[in-house]
Amino acid sequence: MDNLVSALDYLKMTAWQKFCYKFAAFFKSIPVVFLNFFRKTIPSLAKRFWNAVANCGITVGRAVKYGDWKTRLSFVFFGFSQLARKQWLRGLLFLVFEIAFILYMALFGGQYLGLLGSLGHIEMGEYEDEWGNILYTEGDNSLLILLYGLLTIIFIITFVYAWYRNIKSAYYTQQLVEARKGLATAKEDMNAFLNEQYHKTLLGIPLAGLTIFTILPIIFMIFLAFTNYDENHMPPAKLFQWIGWDNFVKVFGGSLAGADSFGYTFAHILMWTVIWAFFATFSNYILGMIVAILINKKGIRCKKLWRTVLVMTIAVPQFVSLLLMSQMLADEGAINNLLLSWGWIREPLPFLSNATFAKVTVIVVNIWVGIPYSMLICTGILLNIPEDLYESARIDGAGPVRAFFKITLPYMIHVTAPYLITQFIGNLNNFNVIYLLTGGLPRTSDFTGNAGETDLLITWLYKLVMERQEYGLASVISILMFVITAVVSLVVYNKSGSVKNEEDFM
Amino acid sequence: MAKKYRSKKALERGTNAVIYIILTVMSVVWLFPFFYLLLQSFRGEPGAATLYFWPHEWTFNNYIKLFTDTQTFNFPKWYGTTLIISVVVTVLQTAIVLVTSYALSRLRFKMRKPLMNLMLVLGMFPGFMSMTAIYFLLKLVGLTQEMGLVGLILVYVASSCMGYYICKGFFDTIPKSLDEAARIDGASRHTVFIRVILPLAKPIIIYTVLTAFMAPWGEYMFASLMAFGNQDYYNVAVGLKDMLKQETLYQYFTRFCAASVIISVPITALFIWLQKYYVQGVTGGSVKG
Repeated sequence: MDNLVSALDYLKMTAWQKFCYKFAAFFKSIPVVFLNFFRKTIPSLAKRFWNAVANCGITVGRAVKYGDWKTRLSFVFFGFSQLARKQWLRGLLFLVFEIAFILYMALFGGQYLGLLGSLGHIEMGEYEDEWGNILYTEGDNSLLILLYGLLTIIFIITFVYAWYRNIKSAYYTQQLVEARKGLATAKEDMNAFLNEQYHKTLLGIPLAGLTIFTILPIIFMIFLAFTNYDENHMPPAKLFQWIGWDNFVKVFGGSLAGADSFGYTFAHILMWTVIWAFFATFSNYILGMIVAILINKKGIRCKKLWRTVLVMTIAVPQFVSLLLMSQMLADEGAINNLLLSWGWIREPLPFLSNATFAKVTVIVVNIWVGIPYSMLICTGILLNIPEDLYESARIDGAGPVRAFFKITLPYMIHVTAPYLITQFIGNLNNFNVIYLLTGGLPRTSDFTGNAGETDLLITWLYKLVMERQEYGLASVISILMFVITAVVSLVVYNKSGSVKNEEDFM
Repeated sequence: MAKKYRSKKALERGTNAVIYIILTVMSVVWLFPFFYLLLQSFRGEPGAATLYFWPHEWTFNNYIKLFTDTQTFNFPKWYGTTLIISVVVTVLQTAIVLVTSYALSRLRFKMRKPLMNLMLVLGMFPGFMSMTAIYFLLKLVGLTQEMGLVGLILVYVASSCMGYYICKGFFDTIPKSLDEAARIDGASRHTVFIRVILPLAKPIIIYTVLTAFMAPWGEYMFASLMAFGNQDYYNVAVGLKDMLKQETLYQYFTRFCAASVIISVPITALFIWLQKYYVQGVTGGSVKG
């Protein structure tokens, strides 16, 4: 209860008010978290980082001052100290790493690193040979320079860290020998990786994959936002350059009123994205809850059958059901044909071709897609409500309706608040439903960048990249989406029960 | 009193009847697309949509042609490709998710919390924005086109540790006293993981296997990028989307339906068979059956 209402007022609220309050408080806390991120998190992270660097410096300094010649040689030849003191495994690992790094830099990384500042000078040339064939001379490829340059930087950082670990370990080995303590044998080293160091064994491969296939591409994309990579600067034929903040200016700085500006399109699509996420989330949640309650009602038979029927839609691959839906709902599709032949309508209904109609259609189809999930979740929670609560409510004379509003609903809302917010975030980025169903159509001349009326930010991004090759602008928008969703989800997860009460059961 | 009781019972029966009607209508609405799919897959006449509901001419031809007429659309090959991807991804992804979740749930190390937050946040980045970068990285090591299958598997598996959330939640509920007892008996952390935790994790393993197996069948974006328009390296999602393009829609729509049925049936069967575990996973283990 921070500051919106006093604790006493809060206790007086009904469940529904409490829920609304929590929801409001959550969105109110986003800017605060945002500010705190810049005011507290970043300085504290920076402080910790510099402390760590300082500690490393001290360790290295000690190794320089007190190290013997074997330790000092390790500064240049990785693992020398360990090898000279017969710690074969560690020494060899360090040495192999150093050799691999030097080979990588000499054969591959070095050239890209040098060009990173300019992203290449030589444009691809074109000439005719004596028989009139058009041939191309090889030029620099800005895309590859940027990508492989970043890859090289990551390797260099790893190398510096390995250098530090190598010195620390070399000096440590020296100290152990001087103190006449036994060194860890190769076997003991290996065993440590199944015990004290087990997290390194387990997380090594997953994190390597994460770094190369997720973190590196994301950094790459962030850098692209500062280049003029678009259809006029497509590698390998053309080069692209660093242009600073121009892309950001183009997205935010353009006049909001003028059509055909990116600012205008961005603002409108953002608005529809939020509206869509809101309706998609709540319609699914409320209807799913109702269905779950209906199925769970006492006296309803074949509960399992009803659930299975609904759950089947989860099992059928989404692209099949959505592609089929888009065919069925087309102007000449099955549904219109059937309605026409039954004489219920005269003209085909523009399910997907009229802007407003299409917006309603995607929300309705999303209900069809989403109810099974929310029904499952709500069923789980319903079965968890202690039966004796209802028992005592009945003894106190409460009817089923009252019991629902006093017991079921508050319990439900309390438990599912985090789920709701994750759903909201998921719907902000719901690519499948929109792309497979409408493809963002119908088109409108108001928007630029191939955007259509039902496009979400994410599908618009996809079009910007795939159809228009506007990589620079698309990167700006994705950074923006990333920041918004990342902050919201961090708040949710760190406030939600499962993170806070992590060790409740242990 | 007796009368009131009877009217209450009647009311109860009335509500139940209404509920049954609602549920029946819902079931019809939910199953209608699949029923329609099944009907269309047996339709003999070509065309994307007909003006009537029941096919005039019933035939198995759509299914047979899928496997015999592979000139334009090589469905058996797509199916095989997807099946291989699916199986390999399932094995690797399950291993990675289990290992990551165990480390984050049971082991205490310096970077644990920041790592958890990092993985969570990274998942929010629009995946296809990193496609170009990933494509060129794979090209660098020669894992596109002919080797696209390997590249695709690598892409799916590489980032799968970000899906630790549900599995870690499950491990969190296994009492820590079990670990401690084993540790006192001299078991290493590795032994605890293999001998104590894994045998207890059957439901979550099945959940992970199920979701991992299902995902590649519907994956479109990366698969289309890796194949680069070369039919031989399509997976089923890319191939089927290709069938529905304007030029081939009229002739191939019924075959698309047949293919969809062939894809859906085994997955649906598997899913319904293992439904219990799926529900447990989604609801955080609170539903028992």
